Amino acid sequence: MNKIFSTLVFLLLSNTAHATLNVFACEPEWAALTQELAGDQANTYTATGALQDPHRVEARPSLIAKARRADLVVCTGAELEMAWLPVVLRESGNANVQPGGEGYFEAASAVHMLEVPTRLDRGDGDVHAQGNPHIQTDARNFLPIAHALAQKMMQRDPANKALYQQRLSAFEQKWRAALARWEKQAAPLKGVAVVVQHRGFPYLTEWLGLNEVAVLEPKPGMEPSASWLAQVLDTLQQHPARMVLRAAYQSERPSAWIAQRAHIAAVELPYTVGGSDAAQDLYALFDDTIARLLKGLQ
Amino acid sequence: MFRTISLCAAVLLCQSGYAANNASAFNPAFSLILSGSYGSLQQDPATPATGFAMNPTPGHEQGFNLGESEMGISANIDPQFRGAATLALDPAGGISVENAYVQTTSLGDGLNLKFGRFFSGLGYLNEQHAHAWDFVDQPLVYAALWENQLGEDGVQLKWLAPTDMFVELGGEMGKGRGFPGSDRAKNGSGAGVLFVHVGDDIGIEQSWRAGLSMHHTRTIERESSDVPDLQGNAVTNQFTGDSRTAGLDLVWKYAPNGNLKERYLKLQGEYFRRTENGDLSYDTASANITDSYTVTQSGWYVQGMYQFKPHWRTALRYDSLDPGIASVGAANAGNVIADYAFKPSRTTFMLDYSTSEFSRIRLQLARDDSRQGLPDNQFFVQYLMSLGAHGAHSY
Repeated sequence: MNKIFSTLVFLLLSNTAHATLNVFACEPEWAALTQELAGDQANTYTATGALQDPHRVEARPSLIAKARRADLVVCTGAELEMAWLPVVLRESGNANVQPGGEGYFEAASAVHMLEVPTRLDRGDGDVHAQGNPHIQTDARNFLPIAHALAQKMMQRDPANKALYQQRLSAFEQKWRAALARWEKQAAPLKGVAVVVQHRGFPYLTEWLGLNEVAVLEPKPGMEPSASWLAQVLDTLQQHPARMVLRAAYQSERPSAWIAQRAHIAAVELPYTVGGSDAAQDLYALFDDTIARLLKGLQ
Repeated sequence: MFRTISLCAAVLLCQSGYAANNASAFNPAFSLILSGSYGSLQQDPATPATGFAMNPTPGHEQGFNLGESEMGISANIDPQFRGAATLALDPAGGISVENAYVQTTSLGDGLNLKFGRFFSGLGYLNEQHAHAWDFVDQPLVYAALWENQLGEDGVQLKWLAPTDMFVELGGEMGKGRGFPGSDRAKNGSGAGVLFVHVGDDIGIEQSWRAGLSMHHTRTIERESSDVPDLQGNAVTNQFTGDSRTAGLDLVWKYAPNGNLKERYLKLQGEYFRRTENGDLSYDTASANITDSYTVTQSGWYVQGMYQFKPHWRTALRYDSLDPGIASVGAANAGNVIADYAFKPSRTTFMLDYSTSEFSRIRLQLARDDSRQGLPDNQFFVQYLMSLGAHGAHSY
């Protein structure tokens, strides 16, 4: 008990001494973006790992404790975190980070959403009413999100406004240069037919001009059965694809099954920062993603 | 936004995902749980566990049954409050209010205040709704000591410490609505609960939560019928006195890479110990002899649940109860059974399959040795389906 109290006192004191921004990032890509925009000014906690299915996270005690001390919560939104984040925020007793509050930021609110369903029926599987939430696979999306996130940080920490402004400009410049490089590297991917395991890549395929011809999951979030995979194999005989894509957190079985029978490459993409050994920051994430896609062409 | 969407899903009113300009967009999130079961038992489910005839026996249903369908409604009321209600639709007709509470959303400083009717925060399983249970039924200790679940009409205040580790303190005051309370209808508080929860992660693969709970109620003229006595008759008794319960709970979860989608393991155990101290009126219908009565009852369970592949889970549970040895006042020493010399126990196995996050079909087998000389082999099939708003689940 003594230890708890001394930690408590230490925390209260240290908070005022350093005045860093405590950020609770739902996914690793937003933690990485926060790092780019705030540097040492932010003390960032990442709620989920690259090998976790972000739809299936639990409202663990550790997450509630971290949200309690957050000045800013940075999440994807678009219902990606709906199975756990509402409980975490409610139980945190932190008035600032409640949805709609000053310390709550949804990346999805800054970008144009794809695959917004025209009808909402659970018979269609695990669909998200606001559109497909996997927005981080299109590198272009990071520009408007960075802009909106930097504005939010300036609101939460006005004392360091100049720092955020300066870091945002530097990020935008560097990111634009990287975008040009990635798009040039990815030129051979234009029009390439791909199969995806989960409907998690519409932003990537739109960005790089890939052509998605089939999905291994019969409905979003449902495991493919053997008979369904056989149907996909039939489709592939008429519309051949070059590779099958899956995110690092997904089981490799369905991809491996189809790759072997359709004689195409199975490509595992890091999907977020930390999803592969190489993808240790946002730049490396897209370097590695494009390198893996190009390798799939060979 | 969730509220708008769930309305669309539940009522199929809107053509597009955006219905914010619709007047009904402010309607609360609505969800419905449909559940039912088939039960095959060898013994009468109304027979209490040996030594627990003065406790409730929630029991099981035999044959085909429509379980309790549960309707959940929740929304923010204004920037300060959120409201939630769970209404249970009784298969025989009628609606009962399981939960109906208001909670604060903007107190800050780690404080959360809840008032109305709610499941007490004691233990681990007590707050979980039936559709989130890993078995068809609650552990014996919950059935005998809390009539499955302690629901309270009152106030709950929780405080979360601003520490890296999860440390939560909570206190409740209420009417003493559920057993062991006797539904106090006077000024003041009829029951109080204190609890502390701590928890954390160990790396990315493991997480845990431990808790300590205390419950106190002053129970007045709590009546129990069909209680066996030393003469071999079944009589009606009444108890008035203090009831104090202490509990310990521990949950540990493990998932390779922290990914719950593929495989995960959950181990949990809880222990409750209750001392009741007061006066017992023996055979209120005829003899009606009152004298002192003190007993300490306890019980525990441990269970392990394993999701061995996506959609498939299996679990094993062991239950144990101890009726204790009562100190019976001299006037009733020849009437009231003090020592049953039997410890009820039960072993339960479960296998369930979920086609999606919203549906589950379950098979459960149990060997119930909770009644002396009356072993019961039990078999259940259950379905649990949820439609409408996708509620977030607690840990």
